[in-house]
Amino acid sequence: MAQHVAQPTATTPVVPATLPLKAIAPWAVFFGILMLILLYFVGAEQGATSVFSGTGVHEWVHDARHLLGFPCH
Amino acid sequence: MNSATVRNLLVRGMLAGLAAGVLALVVAYFLGEPGVDSAIGLEEAQAHSHGGAHEHEVEVVSRSLQSTAGLATGILVYGVAFGGIAALAFCFALGRIGRFGPRATALLLSGCALLAVYVVPYLKYPVNPPAVGDPDTIGKRTALYFLMMVLSVLLAIAATLLGKRLAPRLGAWYATVVAVAAFGVVIGLAYAFLPVINEVPDDFPATLLWRFRLSALAIQAVLWGGLGLFLGELAERLLNPKPAQAAPGRAVPAAR
Repeated sequence: MAQHVAQPTATTPVVPATLPLKAIAPWAVFFGILMLILLYFVGAEQGATSVFSGTGVHEWVHDARHLLGFPCH
Repeated sequence: MNSATVRNLLVRGMLAGLAAGVLALVVAYFLGEPGVDSAIGLEEAQAHSHGGAHEHEVEVVSRSLQSTAGLATGILVYGVAFGGIAALAFCFALGRIGRFGPRATALLLSGCALLAVYVVPYLKYPVNPPAVGDPDTIGKRTALYFLMMVLSVLLAIAATLLGKRLAPRLGAWYATVVAVAAFGVVIGLAYAFLPVINEVPDDFPATLLWRFRLSALAIQAVLWGGLGLFLGELAERLLNPKPAQAAPGRAVPAAR
């Protein structure tokens, strides 16, 4: 009997403890912005707006931009 | 301790994004690239027939580099960036969206992200192969696409918070139904009121367009699916380590 009761509790996922918002916030702000800058360079640089002049970045990621769904040209 | 957990999850998220990016790259190369090449072929044929004196554009990056190293750069950076963002979102979501363990949380999160980040904007502003799209409207199209993406992500977060708020009163099931319905209604309004963009030339082959758009969807499905599975696995191992060394002491009494 004891085994039958014990088995389901062993397989039921334990609800994990939450991470405090204060611990997440600094990472989220800093790395969130960093990741968005990366996405900007893959998705939009030298298309509608340019940080660097020329078309090198645009041409290099051209195929990725088309296949990932960003408006390319 | 908690800050270290966030850091560890972030690193794992970016690694999971890189691994998922590799899978997506394989799909993109074998399913997507043929469509890009056919469309560029059409574009060039059109340029020749319209004006014989059409100057050849100087290739800044050759086609063979664009379709290999360039494609890999774009997709892997995209994977790493969204892997990092997904890991941060996972830190917020873990234990806050219901009774889900790390693996289920990660997969649920990546599934919702696939919808919010990609599918919802895609249904309004679908992906286009080369030779489709007027270069003069790139500013407007980029602004609308990113607007749709940001709107969809913010609404998905708002719907999650709404569901959490309603859950004590309605129960988890009906709270989720109401939140998803609210998301659908607001997205429907956005679809109805944002301007339509259709710059597909009349003579562009429909089957090529359809296959290109399907392949783009497949790339994202593989990327987000892989990201969810990899991140979930890594997070599970980090948060609930296998009792490899602790097990014998505890498992033996339980077996008796």
